[in-house]
Formats: sequence, C-alpha cells, structure tokens
Amino acid sequence: MGENIFVDFTAWLRGLISGLGVPDLFNDIILMIVKLAAIIVFIALNATWLVYMERKICAYIQSRVGPRHHGPVGLLQPVFDVVKLMTKEIVLPKNVDLVVFLLAPVLIVVPPIVAYSVLPFGKDMVAIDMNIGLFFLVAVTSLSTIMFWMAGWASNNKYSLVGGMRVVAQMVSYELPLVLAMLGVVMITGTLNLSEVVNAQKNVWFIFAQPIAFLIYFIAGVAETNRPPFDLVEGESEIIAGPYTEYAGMGFAMFYGLAEFANMMVISAMCTVMFLGGWLAPFGLTFIPSWVWFFLKMYLVIFIFMWVRWTFPRIRVDQLMGFGWKVLVPLSLANIFITGTGMYIYRAIGW
Amino acid sequence: MIDFTLTLLNSISWVAVAFHTLAAVVCISALLVVLVRNIVHAVLWLAVCFVSLAGVFMTLDAAFIAAVQILVYAGAVCIMVVFAIMLIRRGNMGETNLFNKQVWAGGGVAVLVTVLGGFLSFRIRYAGSAPAVPENTVDHIATLLLSKYVIPFEVAALLLLVALVGAIFLAKEVKADADS
Repeated sequence: MGENIFVDFTAWLRGLISGLGVPDLFNDIILMIVKLAAIIVFIALNATWLVYMERKICAYIQSRVGPRHHGPVGLLQPVFDVVKLMTKEIVLPKNVDLVVFLLAPVLIVVPPIVAYSVLPFGKDMVAIDMNIGLFFLVAVTSLSTIMFWMAGWASNNKYSLVGGMRVVAQMVSYELPLVLAMLGVVMITGTLNLSEVVNAQKNVWFIFAQPIAFLIYFIAGVAETNRPPFDLVEGESEIIAGPYTEYAGMGFAMFYGLAEFANMMVISAMCTVMFLGGWLAPFGLTFIPSWVWFFLKMYLVIFIFMWVRWTFPRIRVDQLMGFGWKVLVPLSLANIFITGTGMYIYRAIGW
Repeated sequence: MIDFTLTLLNSISWVAVAFHTLAAVVCISALLVVLVRNIVHAVLWLAVCFVSLAGVFMTLDAAFIAAVQILVYAGAVCIMVVFAIMLIRRGNMGETNLFNKQVWAGGGVAVLVTVLGGFLSFRIRYAGSAPAVPENTVDHIATLLLSKYVIPFEVAALLLLVALVGAIFLAKEVKADADS
C-alpha cells in the first residue's frame, strides 16, 4: 500500500516523456532534474517544519508552550518566519569582500543538496545509486567547512573571523571520528553503496552490532552540524553569532535555517542508513511503506538531536578539541581494530 | 525543426562537451590561483580548480578518484592553506599573493614541466578504442592495492597511522607537562 508510489510515478513520467518522442538521453536528463528538484523542495519543506519543531520542543523542555497564535497550534509560524526573513533588508557592511560575502550563503546549501542525491529514501528510491555512495557523501559534506570559513572571513569582523576559525578547527577535528565510526560498518558490509548497506541490515541493525561506532557517530554528528552542546561556532554569549554575525534577512536564514537543518537532516539520514536499518521495517511491519519508515527513523534521530540541544550546556573550546582528538579518535580506532579482530574470529569459527 | 534539433543534439558527444567545459574551468581557475593578488581569493579559486578536476575524473568514469580528489584536495589541502592564512593574518589582505623576481628560475621550471608532460603524453601509444571501464572500479583498486602494490600501500598506511597516534600522544603529553 503506497510502497511503490514514488517508483511508479517515476516510471509513469519516464513513459510519458518517451511517449512524446524525446530520446532516451534527454529523458534521463529530465528525470534527473525532476529528482533533484524534488530533493530541493524536500529539504526546503523539512527545514521550515524543523524550525517549528525545534521551537516547540525547546518550549516543552523549558516548560513553555511555544508558538501557538498563527494557525492551529502555531503550525503557520514558520510561514510567518519565512515572510519576515524574506522582507528584511539585506545589509551590506562596509569593507566586506563583496563577492565572497554574497556567495557564501548561496554555496552553503550546495553540499547537503548534493549529499541527498545518493541517499536511499526507500526501497529503490535513490536519485543516483552510486557505487561509492558513502565515500561520495563524506567527500561532498567535507566541503561545507570552506563555505563557513568564506562567510567568516569575508565579513571583515573580528567575531566572524573567530567564528570562522572555530568552524574550521571543529569541523576538521570531528570529521575524522565521524568517518572512522562509519568505517566499522563498511568493514562488516564490505560495500560503500548505501542501498547495499541498508540491505545488509536485514537480520540485525548495526546499532546493535556497532554500538560504540553509533555513539561516536552521533556525538561527532552533533559537532559537525555545529549544534549545541558543540555550538562554539556561533556561541552567542561569546562571539555574537560567529560567521553569521554580519548577515541579515535571507542571508542569515540560508545559514541558520536552511543550511543548519539541511546538514542535520543529512547527518540524521546517514545515521538511519548506517545504523538504524534505513528503510527496512522493524518487527516485520512491512505494510507500512519503506519510505515512511525511513522518515520515522530520521525524525526520531532529529528529535534526539533537539533533545540533546536543549538539555546540555555548551562545552569549552579546549574541552572540544581535547574530547575530539583524545577520546573520540582513539576510541574509533579501537573500534575498527575490535571489529576487524571480531570479524576474523567469527570467520574462523565459521558463523 | 524539432527533428533537426534532436538529431543535432544527438550528434554531439556530450562527454566531450563536459570534458572541454571542465578543462576550461580547471585551466582558468588554476591561472587565477597564481594571478589573483589576494591570497584568500587564491585559495577559493584553488578549491574551484580541485572540484572541477574531480569533474574531469567523473567524465572518465573514475568516481572513486573523483571523490578522493574532493575529499583530500578540496576538503583537506585547501583547509591547510586556510589554517596558514588565519594564523598569519594581516590587517589588509589586498596584496598578499604577489610575484617575486625569480622569473628565470620559475620560467625554467615551467618549461621543464611542460616539456616533460608533453613528452610523456606523446610517448603513450593511444589505442584506437580504449577498453571498456568496468562497472565497479573500487573492487579493482582494492585488489591492486592489496596485491601488486601492497608494500607501498602498507608503508603509507603505517606512516599515516604513526602520525595520527603520534599526534594524539603529543596532545596528551603536553597536557601532562602543563599539569605538573
């Protein structure tokens, strides 16, 4: 029921276009554009919803009610937020590096959008089923660092520059345990294709096979998205808003709303794919479509992200770097070693 | 008219179009890295150059190499340069990527590299039809790395691991000294 709704739609669209006499090559190109446009719309819609969800969860954790005036239970609040941000003037401060300053908020959303093109949303639902999907995703998301630094540097503001330095230091340090944690899963599955990683979890989810890797991935993921308790990048009590200090209106919204939530969605979706069985249904509940399961799991991870955000205080800079390099990296290396040894022993026993 | 457009579009080799576009971007951005006067802009052009070079690898069906190119060069090498820039920041970054006077030495090296590159590419006997690229290139790379090139691969891996462990050790050691 609804399982193949998107796959069928794609097939129908392909048939419709080729029925018009369009050659296969352009058919492929048109379908690719449709898929990627769908991904962009998906990210934008989810980002607006996540703004609302974040405010509600924050409010309930702080014993408040949160937005409730616009629409039923405040559901139209994100619409008003977007209208407000769009109508705001874009302020251009003196002595900014104009081209870099304006390009940074545009480019910042590119890595998450590109990363989504290889993520399997459901059974046979992946825009580009790339053989090295995981590796490609890691490579593309590593580009975000440069965009944050562009914004921090081009603003010509000392708070922005300090924020930019922190972004580079933090994202480079936590990328390492993030990737090393995923290596454990790759060792077990022996593939970099994300659909095959999901299929390999038919019997047991990797959160049970690789619990340490999951924890490392989750912590490093929070740090990679620059969210509390790792939000030193934009720590408002220390450096105003870090790299976004000089941005106003939509420029700020691109960083804070779109890019942050898009990155969080990529990290959560990857967490789902790598550790929570992706679109596989638990307990044999296959009557619910696979893509619904994917979104449920992804939103569960996002909820935990938000829960962590409003529960823990921010950590200090020296603690941040120390924790990354002295705890997470050795732990992930040990996890790889144990995984390798364990696999060898299992094979020797003949399981 | 539509038929004519379609046959025209079909007759173009799209891989060649992609290759030449990407090659032009690579060359122009590489030139700009050298010619731009602000070193920050030079780094950003360097990133553009690396990413479009990854695109060239993609046109050769070498997706793995393309991802390595993005991860290592655009993601790590550029960031190294960024670190260096931030640690030595000056008030005005306007004139930070200037030419020096060593025209003859630079020109000599450039000529040498061009001649060597031209000679090597001339020596390759281009086969009439290249063998088809296998569907799954990663497997072949892995097999080669762990059979024919196993010793250089393991030496490099060991070196990197030692460097990583050494960095962690140094970080811990400094802390212990500071406490005592």
